Amino acid sequence: MQDLPLVVTHALDKTYALGQTTLKALDGIDLAISRGEFVGLVGPSGSGKTTLLNIIGALDVPTSGSAEILGRSVETLTHREAARLRNEHLGFIFQTFNLLPVYTVFENVEFPLLLQGIETGRRKQMVEEALAWVGLADRADSRPSQLSGGQSQRVAIARAIVKKPDVVLADEPTANLDAANSHHIMKTMLQLNRDLHTTFVFATHDEKVIGYLHRTITLVDGRIARDEHAGDSSHS
Amino acid sequence: MLTLTLALRNLLHAGLRTWLNVVALSFSFVAIIFLQGFYDGLNEQVERATVAALYGGGQYWHSSYDPYDPLTLDDAHGVIPAPLDSLIAHRQATPILIRPATIYPQGRFRSVLLKGIDPDQTVLSIPSALLKDRSHGIPAIIGSRMAHSTGLQKGDMVTVQWRDVHGTFDARDVVIAEVFRSTVQDIDNEQIWIPLDELRRFTRTPDEATIVVLGQRVAPPGSVGGWDFRDLSFLLRDLHTLVRMKSVGASILYLLLLFLAMLAIFDTQVLSIWRRRKEMGTLMALGMTRGGVIRLFTTEGALHSILAALVAAMYGIPLMAFVANTGFALPNAADTMGFAIGEKLFPVYSPSLVVGTTVLVCLVTTIVSFLPTRRIAHLKPTDALRGKLS
Repeated sequence: MQDLPLVVTHALDKTYALGQTTLKALDGIDLAISRGEFVGLVGPSGSGKTTLLNIIGALDVPTSGSAEILGRSVETLTHREAARLRNEHLGFIFQTFNLLPVYTVFENVEFPLLLQGIETGRRKQMVEEALAWVGLADRADSRPSQLSGGQSQRVAIARAIVKKPDVVLADEPTANLDAANSHHIMKTMLQLNRDLHTTFVFATHDEKVIGYLHRTITLVDGRIARDEHAGDSSHS
Repeated sequence: MLTLTLALRNLLHAGLRTWLNVVALSFSFVAIIFLQGFYDGLNEQVERATVAALYGGGQYWHSSYDPYDPLTLDDAHGVIPAPLDSLIAHRQATPILIRPATIYPQGRFRSVLLKGIDPDQTVLSIPSALLKDRSHGIPAIIGSRMAHSTGLQKGDMVTVQWRDVHGTFDARDVVIAEVFRSTVQDIDNEQIWIPLDELRRFTRTPDEATIVVLGQRVAPPGSVGGWDFRDLSFLLRDLHTLVRMKSVGASILYLLLLFLAMLAIFDTQVLSIWRRRKEMGTLMALGMTRGGVIRLFTTEGALHSILAALVAAMYGIPLMAFVANTGFALPNAADTMGFAIGEKLFPVYSPSLVVGTTVLVCLVTTIVSFLPTRRIAHLKPTDALRGKLS
């Protein structure tokens, strides 16, 4: 189970046009992430973490090379197919939580299930279950504006995992949180990784997060500089 | 269905922002229907009054009669043919003889139309029964406008001069038996009504008439030699044109209100798309397609108009029902429009007006809501998540 590759990239390049010049954000990324991994893309600002995470999340496409998510090539997906892949198999957690401000906590978590067309009774049960996982069952009727940063991020986690996706992609999930909340969030995600066997991929440069990772892929200038598993170290 | 559910949820949860737009749009709904109902009421009222006082159920004109050419009046008279005579005998039609004449009120002279009408007629709402009493001389009735412009009053005597069929001038004094008030200016301005038999005698035109007015709902007896039938659509054509011209102002206001309402919706949509671009990125990340986001935002905009229609119905229906029942008091405007309106105007809010306006506003709102959302079609999810509009 652990060794099934969910994400595979080969010679992945991503280049942005900046006026007359170009910026190479990713340069020849070869990567494989298996089911159940708790892996982080780490590195300084501008190293390509978020770009790689966006491509893995089918939000962006590579300039050259390939990226396969669950056996599907991101570069060949239509817009509709990419949306469906995100809806059915991927969960997202953002640095700024990105909760829908006019919705309650319950409705925010319910949203991906609405898109999937899951019927009301089952939807309610799944949302309550997800809120229980993140310890926010009692805040279901609150609005995002009534929550602390830590609580907001836990809602975002519940929203990402409610549909039990294959992969959760978290972009700097603790950047807006204090130390106590960061640890709480990471422990929650680690628990979900253990209990649900959900694959977590982080983009982060937060030391607090790095301490929890089972595998750390260090990016420097768009290239993989190191790929280390907790307990051992191997250089790419 | 999902789009509708989400759009409704977004709108209702947005609270005050939504309701401000909805209430503003509902004012447009009510104002547009209110004004249009005013003009529909005007149209209907004018038509009803004019038909009752002037046109009846249609008219037979002597073939020489042309109301726009006074020079035809000398020749525009003839013996009433048998089919029309039969209707007149059964009080289903009434003849009117029209002759050019001159009156001399207070030493001045005025050209007028001398109209002879049967005092016993019941086809038109003209108070011809006042012409029955001939104890004080030849009775005449005039409208209040005529009385105002000539200075004549009830009981006054005025000299009337005319030419008979042979061209011979003759004159008589007539007594103003009554000054009547009518909303229909065409039976009032520059006209004197006297008994038909007197006019026939003066002008030596026994059994003749210029026009024969049918009663309402009386079927015309078909083709009559030397006489042309003019139905109501022909007779009311000028009136409808006049009302339409008066309605142009309302149409401009209508368009202005619609434009303002649409501007508000367009503005809201543009602002919404700008302010919620990060939300769009999130929706896409959660699996919504670009088309889905466009549909969601367009539906949100369109739902404003549906909510506005409901809000407008809540206060608009009682308001309009009240106004339609009590009417508008327009004492000063009654004579300034160029056609018959009463001192009270009763607006008419027909189902077609209400439904048509509602559908039109909803349709235009949907189109206006869609226009700004086209930008979403080019939106990259990664840009949207960063709060950029690509």
